[in-house]
Amino acid sequence: MQGTVISFVGELVARAKEMLADGTVQRVAGWKKGDLGYNPEPAYFTNAEEMADFVYDGFCGANLSKYMIEASAMEGRTLVFLKPCDTYSFNQLLMEHRVKRDKIYIIGVGCSGKLDINKIQAKGIKGIRTISEEDGILKFDTIYGEKECPRSEVLLGRCHVCKGKDHQVYDELIGESEETTDQERFAEVERIEAMTPQERFAFFRSELSKCIRCNACRNVCPACSCRKCVFDSNKFDSSQKANADTFEEQMFHIIRAFHVAGRCTDCGECSRVCPQGIPLHLFNRKFIKDINTFYGEYQAGAATDCETPLTDFTFDDVEPGVVAERGHR
Amino acid sequence: MMYKMAKSDLPQLLKAIAQEQDLIVPLRKSGQVNFGMWSEEAEVDFDTLKSVKSPKDAFFPQSETLYSCVRDGKKISIEPEELRNRPFTVFGMKGCDVRGVEILDRVFLSDPLDNFYQARREHGTVVALACHEPEETCFCKVFGVDCAEPAADAAIWMTEDTLYWKSITEKGNVLTELVKKKGFFVDAEESELDAEKAKIHEIVEQLPYSDLSLEGWGPNKTEEKFHDSLWEELYKPCLACGTCTFVCPTCQCYDIKDYDTGHGVKRYRCWDSCMYSDFTMMAHGNNRKSQLERFRQRFMHKLVYYPDNNDGIYSCVGCGRCVSKCPASLNIVKVIKSFAEKAGGDDHE
Repeated sequence: MQGTVISFVGELVARAKEMLADGTVQRVAGWKKGDLGYNPEPAYFTNAEEMADFVYDGFCGANLSKYMIEASAMEGRTLVFLKPCDTYSFNQLLMEHRVKRDKIYIIGVGCSGKLDINKIQAKGIKGIRTISEEDGILKFDTIYGEKECPRSEVLLGRCHVCKGKDHQVYDELIGESEETTDQERFAEVERIEAMTPQERFAFFRSELSKCIRCNACRNVCPACSCRKCVFDSNKFDSSQKANADTFEEQMFHIIRAFHVAGRCTDCGECSRVCPQGIPLHLFNRKFIKDINTFYGEYQAGAATDCETPLTDFTFDDVEPGVVAERGHR
Repeated sequence: MMYKMAKSDLPQLLKAIAQEQDLIVPLRKSGQVNFGMWSEEAEVDFDTLKSVKSPKDAFFPQSETLYSCVRDGKKISIEPEELRNRPFTVFGMKGCDVRGVEILDRVFLSDPLDNFYQARREHGTVVALACHEPEETCFCKVFGVDCAEPAADAAIWMTEDTLYWKSITEKGNVLTELVKKKGFFVDAEESELDAEKAKIHEIVEQLPYSDLSLEGWGPNKTEEKFHDSLWEELYKPCLACGTCTFVCPTCQCYDIKDYDTGHGVKRYRCWDSCMYSDFTMMAHGNNRKSQLERFRQRFMHKLVYYPDNNDGIYSCVGCGRCVSKCPASLNIVKVIKSFAEKAGGDDHE
């Protein structure tokens, strides 16, 4: 099989063409073939001819939910392909009235975990000509010879803590999913919690000092859907594009994490897109873990008709003092 | 003059240079390689082909203070930032990145002269490293860069166990003498590198983007390209982040801002990005209101406006950083290819 293309891609294309032809939808949001075997781009397709470039393969990690804000404002309906984890983001956007459900037709697509080109390159695989996959082994034809590695070693970080095979919102489903979980969801957070405050500070300083303020994490984040971000305003001292000092370098990401707390679905797009490989999801996952501890288990985007932990008051809520005290440990 | 030394002596060589002046080298930190100040503890990495950010920040830092206003009671004093006045060396830049600096030179060293940049250029010596193993995202050949023969103050080649050194300019000679004095070098013949260079060229020929055609771009193409309806499709997946501009060796736009220190103001400049909504914001508002316009600006600047103002030279060096780093897998190659496809040109795989 060519590339890492998934077996049911033909069904996706056929269904999309059918819906474009009968006028059910005006456009299709999916992924367009790249030119390197690992770089498909999110794209809209408006006719059968354009669908020739459609692809659904191991590198279609991009979560298309956020594009549906824009698609909700377009004329007619949009067909979007969402992977199980993407649907949590769509639901969250729905709950926040940022997308219009009746404007979007969702085909839930099966997912067996998506691949991380950075992890592939970190294995010294370069000069890639073509990539193929057979029985869980990725094979690379490169300028520097044939290379291979197990698929399980180069999955995106989020796939190791997969939220499961179930789509949370959809109109129809195509393709089988496979759970790829092989790590405890909060293990990374616990490892950092176990550090001394000094170690923890050093860890985050070292990671965040790589930040170039490209804002890719913010712009890709489905929870960051403000029409105008405070960091883009020139009315405040927050508008700096570069880190004026180390304080700001740390604060940008921490403020962002606070802002999406309780709304972050843990989709992992922030860490996927960071050009400097900063594990940004750790901030969000720490908040998710704390919310679970303080207010009971909650998964943002699993439902749209529930109260959310940070916007709802109950007498069982944790006392602020407990949080403060806990921080001193 | 050509010299050589054992590659295993490289750490000592770096230490020797660093004893004399600041030394900027590719460093691996928290899993990523970027250029930074050498120190004994730092992990130097010459094996990773491309640093995440280009090393342009050695001359044009992402953020730099221009002057500070300090308030002391009723007195306010203004302290200009000192210009660079000590020599330093950037060691291990690649041919594409060296070309990138030449492109910045045409902007910052022409009237009105940028004295912050000029001071760094004057005091900085660039030692360029030939690309032992180019990668599939590279397309420097398209812009006439020879990664096997980098043109800087001095050039080095690293083969299996030998480091070759060639001085090229006057500044290169000064550094070469400094290193020579410390006894690292033995004489070498230029021909010893023939095999290495031939091997690099052979790889470059096999790279998928090496035959990318720039037909249709260059000076006097503003009218034709600016109004093309293709931009309306191309920009759509763009997240409007600044990744492409901040990893790019030729992006030169900056913003000037004030930072309130609590007891004064630091006026600083920082890299700007045409992808950002407040790019070139003026009192009357913004002249590029949509992401389509901002997206178009980036590619028009690199492939049309800059060549228009600079004897046809493109403001892209084919380093391929945007190719590997764009979160939406958009990049200058896709833009060029899309226009070629639309024009009915060869669409070779």
